[in-house]
Amino acid sequence: MTTQYTAANFKNEQAARWCPGCGDHAILNILHKAMAEVGVDPKDTAVISGIGCSSRLPYYMNTYGMHTIHGRAAAIATGLKTARPDLTVWQVSGDGDGLAIGGNHFIHALRRNIDINILLFNNKIYGLTKGQYSPTSDRGFVSKSSPYGTTEDPFIPAELVFGCRGKFFARGFDVTLDVTREIMVAAAKHKGTAVVEILQNCVIFNQGIHSLFTDKETRDEHVIHLVHDEKMIFGKDKNKGLVQNGFSLKAVTIGENGITMDDILVHDAHCQDDTLQRELALMDGQSLPIATGVIRDVEGSTYEADVEKQVEEVRSKKGFSNLRDMILKTHETWTV
Amino acid sequence: MSENPKIKTIDKVVIRFSGDSGDGMQLVGNIFSDVSAGEGNMISTFPDYPAEIRAPQGSLSGVSGFQVSVGKEVYTPGDQADVLVAMNPAALKTNLQYLKPGGIIICDADSFTDANLKKALYTTDDPIQELGIDPDRILLVPMTTLLKHTLADSGLDNKSIMKCKNMLALGLICWLFDRPVDKVLAKLKAKFAKKPAIYEANEKVVIAGWDYGHNTHAGMSTYRIESETAKAGIYTDINGNTATAWGLIMASEKSHRPLFLGSYPITPATDILHELAKRKDLGVKACQMEDEIAGVCSAIGASYGGHLAVTTTSGPGLALKSEGIGLAVMAELPLVIVDVQRGGPSTGLPTKTEQTDLMQALYGRNGESPICVVAATSPTNCFDMAFEAARIAIEHMTPVILLTDAFIANGSSAWRVPEEKDYPEIKPHFVTSDMLQQGWKPFHRDEDTKVRYWAIPGTQNAMHRVGGLEKDYNTSVISTDGPNHELMVKTRREKVARIANDIPLLEVQGDLNADTILVGWGGTYGHILSAAAELNSEGTPIAVAQFRYINPLPKNALETLKKYKNIIVAELNTGMFADYLQMHLPGKEILRINKIEGQPFMVKEITDGVQKHLCQEQ
Repeated sequence: MTTQYTAANFKNEQAARWCPGCGDHAILNILHKAMAEVGVDPKDTAVISGIGCSSRLPYYMNTYGMHTIHGRAAAIATGLKTARPDLTVWQVSGDGDGLAIGGNHFIHALRRNIDINILLFNNKIYGLTKGQYSPTSDRGFVSKSSPYGTTEDPFIPAELVFGCRGKFFARGFDVTLDVTREIMVAAAKHKGTAVVEILQNCVIFNQGIHSLFTDKETRDEHVIHLVHDEKMIFGKDKNKGLVQNGFSLKAVTIGENGITMDDILVHDAHCQDDTLQRELALMDGQSLPIATGVIRDVEGSTYEADVEKQVEEVRSKKGFSNLRDMILKTHETWTV
Repeated sequence: MSENPKIKTIDKVVIRFSGDSGDGMQLVGNIFSDVSAGEGNMISTFPDYPAEIRAPQGSLSGVSGFQVSVGKEVYTPGDQADVLVAMNPAALKTNLQYLKPGGIIICDADSFTDANLKKALYTTDDPIQELGIDPDRILLVPMTTLLKHTLADSGLDNKSIMKCKNMLALGLICWLFDRPVDKVLAKLKAKFAKKPAIYEANEKVVIAGWDYGHNTHAGMSTYRIESETAKAGIYTDINGNTATAWGLIMASEKSHRPLFLGSYPITPATDILHELAKRKDLGVKACQMEDEIAGVCSAIGASYGGHLAVTTTSGPGLALKSEGIGLAVMAELPLVIVDVQRGGPSTGLPTKTEQTDLMQALYGRNGESPICVVAATSPTNCFDMAFEAARIAIEHMTPVILLTDAFIANGSSAWRVPEEKDYPEIKPHFVTSDMLQQGWKPFHRDEDTKVRYWAIPGTQNAMHRVGGLEKDYNTSVISTDGPNHELMVKTRREKVARIANDIPLLEVQGDLNADTILVGWGGTYGHILSAAAELNSEGTPIAVAQFRYINPLPKNALETLKKYKNIIVAELNTGMFADYLQMHLPGKEILRINKIEGQPFMVKEITDGVQKHLCQEQ
């Protein structure tokens, strides 16, 4: 019989020390619930983080965990998962930790397709160091370290994931509890590197950065929630949809200009070809709505499983009992 | 015993093979060493090669050398060679400095072409006279001509034929030193198992080389090299990097912790990665990571997961890993960091040896960050010290840096394959169910050793978080409390200091009653020991000690050193270990012998240095 878990099984007695109103509180609660739903024993779960506000998260989990050093969470998680494929490994990083100082480890984790679940908290700002622009801040963004506006373009996390031939990408918000729980659970179930971008609000240094997508008045027109095998529909009255327009996408209104429900695209998260998924992931919420939900989820071989398999194959083929046996069988020796 | 009066018996001989880096001198040197080791000789080798993979052919910068000493009581590859094999004028020019006065030179006469002389920057057309070589000491062998005759019917093209030239030199040297040709051929056969045509060509050329010596120089003496009676057992020959890899595997077997390596290629440490990658056949997970930082970080992850975790590197890589090592200090996780030292700073001299990472190993991290530092003294000692590094890391829950160097990493010697019982069990201090019932916290520790207990993911009721932030001594939760921080800093320091209770005492050799002690650490052991032996035999009494445990120092180290009037530290840097000892021995003058040329010591440099100091002290 499988044990049933509740959020309480994953929560510890430590009080979270984020600022009041910080989106991280909500994400932590969602994660507790998602882990309960996934149903892996807390003793077989490890949460690895780097440095930054979001990286404090492991301290508030009743699982194994490690709060490491800036940017290195993916490398440490890779080592842990490779050594211990039996564990479920989560990584928590912010946009600075994951994409600036840790950018190299992020892309190589994706390239290897190591089976870890990366929660990428994206608030487009450095919070813990009190308000500098991040690698996801928009061009021209004014911050303490860019008083006249930045002169550089941001990374779009999804674009990096697709560029690394990533096999799982999903997006949610700190305020969309059901969506975010759903994508965390999907990430945990996915075998391989799963990137969950959570657009999160920093109340102190970047208040309202995602408000177009989270405010009641505007969100319905600027966000589309994608569900596999369902029509790509959005809008307050659920009368808007996405259609193919040459090589790109177009938002249309059903019932206008002869558009019917039949014209609306159906989301296929499991399609190996990522062309359409990439288009969907790159929609920025301006001319086309920003997409939430599981955008890509395809199977592929994973690093830790392939390492394990190779070790087992070579071991059984060679059949050495220990170091001495290997030396005596493969090296030239003489007896004194 | 041979009745042939032309065979002379000698204790040891030093041979230096030199040629273009594409001439296969390393292969010839290795085969000669292996065959000699198989004959019961002690061997010590020193491959000396350029950083460039293939420098321009025939140029001075492209010369590659391989020096080997074989015989009795061999502890170093020798200061100078008895025999120099030079395959071209460039090799002759750059390597003549390594030949003993009166030593023999064997050269390819056919290589002395105008073009080659020009490439090697000779100013006359007579290199022998230009270099001031006594013509009686040089054996000019028309190697290329002989080679072409030998392989005329082989069907090989000219390029393939020329590749066999090194075998002619090998055959000649085997004749000169009475090495069994059949054993040479057996090694070649194994090497070229998949290329029978190449093997056949090589076989013919080795025999042709031997025959040439035998027929043409029949009047010359050949030599029998004395062998040694070693401890009974099965032997193989091993270089320092392989020994390091195998020592870690032995530690994995003895600790019952699977071995994980996270590494990134860097000269001269990469061969450890190569060997451990092969040892997937023993269950090793060796991962080539995206950079040095990921190398150490993946190892930290594996360590948290309960593995014997290792990262291997050289100086520049150690610099990149320092923040990661600090995390392992703070999280109190076992971790072995192997630093195969090379010439620095920065990229420095990647293929050359030096002992200049000592201070980086001891102090190269932010904050109060003490860790255990050990050093290996010889190629075979790399096995023991890698085992020790892993034992200390696991039993004391701390990162340990093992310092080796390019000289011992690439050098090889004969090594007795150990049996299981030769090494102790390594016992990790796992958290127990009793502790868990009694409110265990991750930074609770054994108050005698200050070692915390290891709780591995998957253990029921031991879920816990570690990290880089300071923790409370009692509750193990994050703490910025000042007095607690000081307590934790002192506790981590004390934990490392108490490793001294668990390591061997410093051993003094040579003349124990002398006024003077010669001190070294790590890979200079052979040269320092030989220097002390020479000084004692020539009437300068001297004691000698080589440090393998550097932090903490062996418990008797300082008291032992204090007994001597003169302490002379010889090392391949500007005086790092001398400074370190000076710090522990205030008021005592530490004398120094230093060399920073990217090359190992010569024994003579040490004996001269000692004599100079002693003259000044009198």
